[in-house]
Amino acid sequence: MVKKLKSKKDASVETVKPEPASSLLRKQFRFSDWLAERVIKTVAFLSITIVALIFIFVFRETLPIFSRHTASGSGEVQPSPAMTPESYSPETYSPESYSEAAAPVELKPEPYGVEPAAAADADTTKDAASTYRSHVSEQEPSPSSAVSTLLSKDWQPVSDNPRFGLLPLFFGTLKVTLIAILFAGPIAILAAIYTAMFAPNRIREFIKPAIELLAGFPSVVIGFFALMVLATFLQNLLGYSGRLNGFVGGIAMALAAIPVIYTLTEDALSAVPRTFTEASLGLGASLRQTAFQVVLPAATPGIFAALLLGIGRVFGETMIALMATGNAAVISLNPFDSVRTLSATIGAEMAEVVFGDTHYSVLFLIGSLLFIFTFSLNALAEFYFKNKLIRKFQGK
Amino acid sequence: MKRTTKDIVVKSLTGMSVLLILFVIVAILTVTFIGGWSHLSWEFLTEFPKEGMTKGGIFPAVVGTAVMTLIMTLVAVPFGAITAIYLAEYASERSILAKTIRFAVKTLAVVPSIIFGLFGLGFFIKFVGFNADKLLFAGELHWGQPNILWASLTMALLTLPIVIVSVEESIRTVPREVREASLALGATKWQTIRQVVLPGSITGILTGTILAISRGAGEVAPILFTGAAYYLAELPTSLSDQFMSLGYHIYIMSTQSTNVDETLPIQFATTLVLLLLTFSLSLVAVVLRYRIRKKVK
Amino acid sequence: MKDIKVNVKDLSVFYGTNMALNKISMEIPEKKVTAFIGPSGCGKSTFLRTLNRMNDLIDNVRIEGEVWMDDIDIYHKDVDVVNLRKKVGMIFQKSNPFAKSIYENIAYGPKINGISQKQKLDEIVELSLKQAAIWDEVKDRLHDSALGLSGGQQQRICIARTLAVNPDIILMDEPASALDPISTAHVEALIHELKKYYTIIIVTHNMQQAARTSDLTAFFYLGELVEMDKTRTIFTNPAKKQTEDYISGRFG
Repeated sequence: MVKKLKSKKDASVETVKPEPASSLLRKQFRFSDWLAERVIKTVAFLSITIVALIFIFVFRETLPIFSRHTASGSGEVQPSPAMTPESYSPETYSPESYSEAAAPVELKPEPYGVEPAAAADADTTKDAASTYRSHVSEQEPSPSSAVSTLLSKDWQPVSDNPRFGLLPLFFGTLKVTLIAILFAGPIAILAAIYTAMFAPNRIREFIKPAIELLAGFPSVVIGFFALMVLATFLQNLLGYSGRLNGFVGGIAMALAAIPVIYTLTEDALSAVPRTFTEASLGLGASLRQTAFQVVLPAATPGIFAALLLGIGRVFGETMIALMATGNAAVISLNPFDSVRTLSATIGAEMAEVVFGDTHYSVLFLIGSLLFIFTFSLNALAEFYFKNKLIRKFQGK
Repeated sequence: MKRTTKDIVVKSLTGMSVLLILFVIVAILTVTFIGGWSHLSWEFLTEFPKEGMTKGGIFPAVVGTAVMTLIMTLVAVPFGAITAIYLAEYASERSILAKTIRFAVKTLAVVPSIIFGLFGLGFFIKFVGFNADKLLFAGELHWGQPNILWASLTMALLTLPIVIVSVEESIRTVPREVREASLALGATKWQTIRQVVLPGSITGILTGTILAISRGAGEVAPILFTGAAYYLAELPTSLSDQFMSLGYHIYIMSTQSTNVDETLPIQFATTLVLLLLTFSLSLVAVVLRYRIRKKVK
Repeated sequence: MKDIKVNVKDLSVFYGTNMALNKISMEIPEKKVTAFIGPSGCGKSTFLRTLNRMNDLIDNVRIEGEVWMDDIDIYHKDVDVVNLRKKVGMIFQKSNPFAKSIYENIAYGPKINGISQKQKLDEIVELSLKQAAIWDEVKDRLHDSALGLSGGQQQRICIARTLAVNPDIILMDEPASALDPISTAHVEALIHELKKYYTIIIVTHNMQQAARTSDLTAFFYLGELVEMDKTRTIFTNPAKKQTEDYISGRFG
């Protein structure tokens, strides 16, 4: 016999109370729910806090440059990691990248504010990290003079007349990024087109994760690969003189950028409604024509966003730059010359710099610029291109 | 449908791009394997380096990486999972707060890893550590310098977005109807999350954790000046010690080692260890993610 | 004189600026089956969901009017929605058991309400499954996953799950539309039994089902209540022409 359930221990639903309605009123305060919501919202807010903190604390360290006083240069030496500087002998396999820098670099005395002679080239081919380890500035430069050198063509932070010219670093970064994207862009996009449009389903399910595995390779491993294998291979292939240079660095960076551009492009292509493809094929177009004349144009904003993010990835890449680009702060249009990127500069020099001095602040300045750049790139990809994409599919 | 030459050419070209990428992946794996496999051994993993890094093993680097990654995971996974719960369950898509948080997470995901290192230096070491020293040690330098704690926290920030994205994706695979069923039975929101949604997203939390570990073990830039060291005679014994790390070891050894002939096999072997570690973790994560996505179909 | 369980007064529902329901008023009697019929998109499901405030979950929704149950307006600002949903249960169109065992599915509701003793839970589970006419089929595999059952069985599990919290009213949103005819027959037979103890409100697009199972029928069209009367009257001698057109299939 079916009978109605009587659950007497039911805490909230009435069965014996004289006024059945009273328990439905009286909004109940549930502590664990309230607490959970508070905690969850607070923790989530933390991500905003972190971004704000990054802004604040990275910029904070650049401030001394912009104040009118001399830097504190308190003499508090940046505690360097317990790496004992070893004497440098020329590497047998990369002769020009690493100097015999046991002896201090010879510098010509330069009057302030005057462009150095072109003979400064001799200094710039040496790895900056090694040149100044045994060298401390005699005279702490005033930050105001440092600011004035920011736009110069010399990056010589450690010298009697320190110059913090960012131009060679920017130029190096741009060069490497350009080379990287020229290779990574087409390859990644073509691969994405194949995956999204031409590949049979079974193969597609294999390719996409396989290429995403490349994203899982640590950049230090890619850098190692470039340093050991790629550099020699490319040098034998193309016969240029400097083994580690912008070109090698660029190709290696491309390896890091490809998964980023590939995944986002493939997502963009797959997001184009299947009905477009079906309509096109139904009209008698080939898959190729459909891919290039229907799907690709529809996915353009997403592909641009993918490229932007790929650029951002390369722009800030440090380890590969440190290991494969030669690390010489030169401005040269020859892709086979050594370059120094912005992030590599930070990576190479920060550990050896004196806390609080101008060099330290300039390195943080570089970091701030990098941060602003990638932040803007991301904002551009997020807001501009996503909106374009949405409007496109709404028919505006 | 007639296939023109153009069709074939294009299909081949795009297909070859795929093959090229796959080839590179295989090449890196193979080269590293060839260079390092012979030197790999149990002793290699469990011994300290000897004779100025030219012999011996990489035990301290393995331990350093492991400990750093562990601390990083203990911090990043809870914070990341909770943020993901917020984004998936509590955030109204139209609220400005939700949009800002999402943007902040995306920002963290694209910030170059070296910037995290700068943040670690400028915030953890020079602000938190420095002030802690003022309070606890009367200004004597103790926490205000690079160590394994700051490096781990720095790395936790870097991997936070990875965890968030994975966990959120997994939470969203729990169908709406199941949530509604729970609410219709008179469960509260938190009860529903705790007893229905979260059990259904364990796989995603796992995937996120694995991806974070893989990334954390491999990144070097953030720890360049927040705690990693090339040669330490002993293993770190407290959070305020520095540590050795696989990635950092590879970097220094390959760019600044003096005795190339002797250290080359060690370089390759260390790289192989790191690569195998991160690769297998990525592989597991890929398989898990595949299973999650299959659930939805 | 039948008791009125639910008294709706001028209920309107807006999604943003879109009006989904326009000033619905009706009285739903206790321990009877009331059916809502009407073409797709006419608001019957929306109306059903106002009765247990499931519409609150939607972002952009605005509700005007009153819904009185047992002397309170459930849209009063002091009403505890969570408790309301223990009193008003819901069966969904697509069965949605949790990814847990059959036992855990049924025990979910009571556990949430604080019942933890195993013996008590066992009793409730058994009773609910019997009420849902599925006890014999699953009694030997209570700890197997509920997802392993057939569609019709899963739906009856969902019904048992709802019964386990002892509601007064059971809302059913097209409960058999995803089921084969035999399972549908089971569910309809179940409704017939359950109405002795529960007030049942069922939304269906299947007119024959409404005619078979319900005591009262309400016909909705484009967000308005066109007509509501005894089922026999609606299907044989409706007052409004619109109703008659729909019943006889002139539009749908």
